Amino acid sequence: MSLKAFHLIFVTLLTLLSFGCAAWAFANERPQWGWAGIVAGIFVIIYGIYFLKKLKRISYL
Amino acid sequence: MEIPYTVHKRADTGLYNAKLGIWLFLASEVMLFGGLFSAYVLLRVGAGEGTWPHGWLDVRLGTINTILLALSAITTLLAWAALKVKEFGKFKFYHACTMLLALSFLGIKSYEYYDKFHHYEIKLNNGTIADGHFVEQSKDFDLVKKTGTFTIHGHIVERHAELMDMRSDEAKKAVHEEHVIAAADIKHMENYSPRHNTFTAIYFTMSGLHALHILGGTLVIFYLWGPGSKMWKTDPERFTNRIEVSGLFWHFVDLVWVFLFPVLYLT
Repeated sequence: MSLKAFHLIFVTLLTLLSFGCAAWAFANERPQWGWAGIVAGIFVIIYGIYFLKKLKRISYL
Repeated sequence: MEIPYTVHKRADTGLYNAKLGIWLFLASEVMLFGGLFSAYVLLRVGAGEGTWPHGWLDVRLGTINTILLALSAITTLLAWAALKVKEFGKFKFYHACTMLLALSFLGIKSYEYYDKFHHYEIKLNNGTIADGHFVEQSKDFDLVKKTGTFTIHGHIVERHAELMDMRSDEAKKAVHEEHVIAAADIKHMENYSPRHNTFTAIYFTMSGLHALHILGGTLVIFYLWGPGSKMWKTDPERFTNRIEVSGLFWHFVDLVWVFLFPVLYLT
């Protein structure tokens, strides 16, 4: 597995962490943190798409 | 004698040797951290009701550290990608950013540790508990001789259970102020060091081991960024592979934090 593939796994988990933190924040009555978590999650998804396009030619292995 | 398979892939593994080596190493690391996470889960579910702390760590600092490590993973990837397209200058820039981010992470972690070591729980003779951060102590302060005073900035509670959940409404309402405590009034005092309780023990163990990995990774990245980068002139493909291998380690360490952060800071 190349760094590209590992980075993809990292970005996926980071997205889950962002949305997970958002859920935690809403559950703990911290809505502004919750919205920040959602925005962060969306930002990470956009970054993930950008990075996949940028490293299109590099192998996953 | 030339070392084989530093650049080209072996036919049987499909990988160059360093990549196979780092994945074997990371497999052993998964077992190491996996054992500690298992220990955490067992301690957590085995703790009696009201005995496991909540809200003892600063979520804001943990969040900043998560962002720093996420950014460092991106700069590590960009440094490797820059070498793939033969842009050595960009590699230097991105890896300098990686090191700065890593050092910032360690700085914040050090502050958190400093904060815990200066946080005291003081059981008083009247049965109440003073809890707060160290401010000062008189020159003649001696717990054995019962002389002098110890000053903290914090609050006094009736029951130990009140200190366990710092996210509770009572804890949020608590008024924190300076308390000057006479040594003669102290029954027992202890800071929030690893020996304080099970939570601090597992917190310092897991986050400390992770911080050591960050430190080790930073030293390797520094070597590859500085003196080790000479290889770019003589064997660029092998150097690019070294950066990939160090990047795989760095991503693993970042990935561990993605699990550590919610487990330690949010539960």
